[in-house]
Amino acid sequence: MATTIDRPSASGGATPPQRDLRTGRERPVGGFELWMWLFMRISGIVLLVLAVGHTLIMHLPADGVERVDYNFVADRWASPLWRTWDWMMLTLALVHGVNGLRNVTLDYVRRPGVRFAMNMLCYVLGFTLFVLGTIIVVTFQPDVAGSGT
Amino acid sequence: MDASAGSYAGVRDSLRVIVATRLRSKQKDDFGTVYKGHEGQWSWMFHRITGVAVILYLFAHIVDTALVGWGPEAYNRVTDAYKNPAVHVLELGLVLAVLFHSINGIKITLIDFVPSLAGHIKAVGRTTMLVFTVSALVVTAIMGRQIIDLL
Repeated sequence: MATTIDRPSASGGATPPQRDLRTGRERPVGGFELWMWLFMRISGIVLLVLAVGHTLIMHLPADGVERVDYNFVADRWASPLWRTWDWMMLTLALVHGVNGLRNVTLDYVRRPGVRFAMNMLCYVLGFTLFVLGTIIVVTFQPDVAGSGT
Repeated sequence: MDASAGSYAGVRDSLRVIVATRLRSKQKDDFGTVYKGHEGQWSWMFHRITGVAVILYLFAHIVDTALVGWGPEAYNRVTDAYKNPAVHVLELGLVLAVLFHSINGIKITLIDFVPSLAGHIKAVGRTTMLVFTVSALVVTAIMGRQIIDLL
């Protein structure tokens, strides 16, 4: 398969390429793919705090997600810190995840048309959810009338 | 397979690559060639599976959280769906998937930025699995107890 990525899965070798253990794993040689390679690692480190932190904060304390309702979110988003946290997490996780899906698609979907369609579906879905999430997290105003529920 | 080195080795290798790629694309159990038979094959596979699982959940989670913009009734209706023991078991699976993907992701990042670690891949891999196993046991104990308490 001729792709622009210099990596073993795209090289189509009959046997797995021997990795040189002294120089580490293979990585893209340059351009867009190298930037995405770098982005995955840097966003991964940031998401280690944002997403793993979010997961532990939400699921481990007593009652876990049993606490979550409208008032819980209204209280949390009263603080700009949590709004900023959640928006950064939304953005980084979506780009990290959609690029991950693109990499998986590159490996398993070999027909160009199907691959293009799969990737477009992921990009459009990811962008739509980014816009939706951004609007909600930025513009949310607690519904005072309903906050007594 | 073919050990002889003829004068048309380049052409022959190219043909072999084309044939092998064609054959591979027909196989349903093909998980890619990257680590086949190498160290890290299983962690590579679980990294993919957990990554795809988490992004698919994230798609749904953005939509359910966005419903908060439609008022208390809409949002409380959707969050009530999370509040039953069966969904709490799925929730435990989600947390374990996030844990595996993040801990294994640290391993990948470390190896990529400190290439000399690749020479100690077995020790690095075992340490990663130890860290994941311990944190998975702690999380399962805490969340498992909450699920049992809800029953």
